[in-house]
Amino acid sequence: MKSAKKMLSGAEIVWESLIREGVEVVFGYPGGANLPIYDTLTAYRDKIKHVLVRHEQGAAHAADGYSRVSGKVGVVMATSGPGATNLITGIATAMMDSVPMVCITGQVAKTSLGADAFQETDITGATLPLTKHSYLVTHVEDLAETIREAFYIARTGRPGPVLIDIPKDIQAAQTEFEYPTEPIHLPGYHPPENATEEQVDEMVAMVNKARQPVLLVGHGVLMSDATKPLLKLMEIANIPASTTLLGIGAVPASHPLNLGMMGMHGTASANHAIQEADLLVACGMRFDDRVTGKLATYSPDSEKIHIDIDASELNKNIRVNLAINADLATVLEQVLPGLKNGNRKEWLDRIAAWKSDAEQRDAVNLESDTLMGAQVIKAIWEGTPDDTIIISDVGQHQMLEVQYYRHEQPHTLVTSGGLGTMGFSLPAAIGTSFHAKDKEIWVIAGDGSIQMNIQELGTAVQEGANINIAIINNGYLGMVRQWQQLFYEARYTETPISSPDYVKLAEAYGLTGLRIDRLDDIPAAMAQARKVKGPVLIDFVVEQHDMVYPMVPTGASLDEMIRRPHPDKEESKTA
Amino acid sequence: MKQILIALVEDKPGVLNRIASLFRRRNFNIESLVVGHSEVPGASRLTIVTDEEERLRRNIIRQNLLKLVNVIDVTDVTDLPCILREHALIKVQSAGATRGEIAALVDMYRGRIVDVGMESLVVEITGEPTKIESLIDVLATYGIIEIVRAGKVAITRGPQNPTDNGNLHLWKSSRGKASQDKARWKGMTV
Ligand SMILES: Cc1ncc(C[n+]2csc(CCOP(=O)(O)OP(=O)(O)O)c2C)c(N)n1
Repeated sequence: MKSAKKMLSGAEIVWESLIREGVEVVFGYPGGANLPIYDTLTAYRDKIKHVLVRHEQGAAHAADGYSRVSGKVGVVMATSGPGATNLITGIATAMMDSVPMVCITGQVAKTSLGADAFQETDITGATLPLTKHSYLVTHVEDLAETIREAFYIARTGRPGPVLIDIPKDIQAAQTEFEYPTEPIHLPGYHPPENATEEQVDEMVAMVNKARQPVLLVGHGVLMSDATKPLLKLMEIANIPASTTLLGIGAVPASHPLNLGMMGMHGTASANHAIQEADLLVACGMRFDDRVTGKLATYSPDSEKIHIDIDASELNKNIRVNLAINADLATVLEQVLPGLKNGNRKEWLDRIAAWKSDAEQRDAVNLESDTLMGAQVIKAIWEGTPDDTIIISDVGQHQMLEVQYYRHEQPHTLVTSGGLGTMGFSLPAAIGTSFHAKDKEIWVIAGDGSIQMNIQELGTAVQEGANINIAIINNGYLGMVRQWQQLFYEARYTETPISSPDYVKLAEAYGLTGLRIDRLDDIPAAMAQARKVKGPVLIDFVVEQHDMVYPMVPTGASLDEMIRRPHPDKEESKTA
Repeated sequence: MKQILIALVEDKPGVLNRIASLFRRRNFNIESLVVGHSEVPGASRLTIVTDEEERLRRNIIRQNLLKLVNVIDVTDVTDLPCILREHALIKVQSAGATRGEIAALVDMYRGRIVDVGMESLVVEITGEPTKIESLIDVLATYGIIEIVRAGKVAITRGPQNPTDNGNLHLWKSSRGKASQDKARWKGMTV
């Protein structure tokens, strides 16, 4: 049936292939080396949406945000040279957080490769350690299959970003097009094994025997769609769970067995419970240093089970007694039938005591007269439905968001965890708005972070993105200032930061801008924001010297937390 | 004891770059890396020697290599009965008088003299790395001008090919055709 094949250019093949991969939206920016691709977009407008960002980094974060809420592969386009290098931070962010993404970069013509041609950058070389895989396409005949492989690699196993670099002459070259349908052939791409029967039995026995177990819930739980079996496991065996930053939402915040987040700014109850546990069951998390504290003293008396889809994560940072390389949801389902109903009253009572102590300390924070970041976030939580999507940036406000916005549903928090990329939130929120069209979307950003990709206000306005942008404006790079206060004798070197008048800036960009400095005014401002179609910015002017507690200093054990002073006791540190 | 890994990789551009980058980024030490054709057309075979002593860390190195899409398979042969060989060419100072002496030494090591000049000769030797070290030590007394070593290659003893497990087999039998076990992939829609 050769006659059925169409002759298409490489540029057309790009769009045809994206459409066949189910892509609905692409975030990108044109330039000399990807002009043929943009030129052919006109013919595909009814099938695929292109969002013009203001900076390629914004495109990468937007695709990332879109992917995190939709579960689909995010797609990014950029030209060669500076366009491609502008993607790098976004690619690294996605890589660290295992976000499936395909980046399509234009490249100088194949005939000029290696000649230091205008806007030539070895982008496959530059991103080699930051991508799950990458391709430089050198024959137009390979293009369709390459795109198909890239999507497959990006979304399967442990997801991640894949880059395809396409020289300009390949975009122009013609070939017969037929999207391949036979199964993908990748001999070196290894599917994870399933858990063995012995591993399942051993896990069941370890869980049933444990008296003080804790579940560690990571991003993998959300990616594997394992929240249901996880909740069953928790409830049958009566095991409390603590989440990582990216695991938030996997267990409802209001669930009595939810300990909250673990780690550097985790809850005291989670950190104490982890340190005193006799069993840790780590699910789809990777024992990052921000969650373990000092490795040598991490949860010293526990047996450890680690389930992860990526075999190279097992025994990497923490040595475990049982390592299972498999898909999480599958393993949890296998384990459920063997579980015994655990009575862990003593253990849960101790945890309850840690929790109530923390609540007393928090009260101080929430009763302040000057507006506090915590109060703003709590008010946003009170005023928004459970399926609201929050996109937080990086800094104190990110940690306050975790503490005061109580996520009840999966995939409702989008944040840069592994890389901690300031400037992530605004473009990522624009990305999420192309999937979650009927949901409220709130950006929570610091005054430092928002200024790092502030240009994307333009994109939000041009696209009419229905997002609310809350700036927690403390006049400082607050998290760095906090470290300076605690560990550098309060020398605030280069952390005070000025801001533009955000209300005027919003107006200049053509969106609604509000400024709030009193707690009582927040509900009215939120109501006003809800009435506006399209983006709204609210500048919350808050206390400048607030601190995020608890805090585990770098190099300390997880339970050596600096605590918010207790209202009734004279101490600032507790063990 | 050194770790010896045998990796079969697709013969595609950039594969060595990916492997080198991985070792650098993960802070693993490569002591020796040799690459050449294997018995399978289109697949190159690497012998990688690392200085990692610890079993769990060794496994992490292997698992990281396996994560590279173009790496077909990796076998750790450290604990298997194995023949490990290295090849070296050594240029030694020798002006007449010492030539016979050196020839006798080289002969004891089952090496060969492959080039003779007025003031130097070139010795060729193949053997276990320790044997090569030992010959170099001995020749040092005469004055070594230049050494080139080809790195270490390994092959297991016995009739099996432990590097040829499932993945390579899958690859050989299905090049260009369907081969993935789809059912094992979650969320895969191709
Ligand atoms: C791109 C980037 N540069 C620098 C940092 C280091 N850093 C981490 S938090 C932070 C301060 C963030 O300030 P702001 O956005 O105002 O938030 P706040 O901590 O005040 O809530 C900085 C500079 C970073 N994470 N990312």
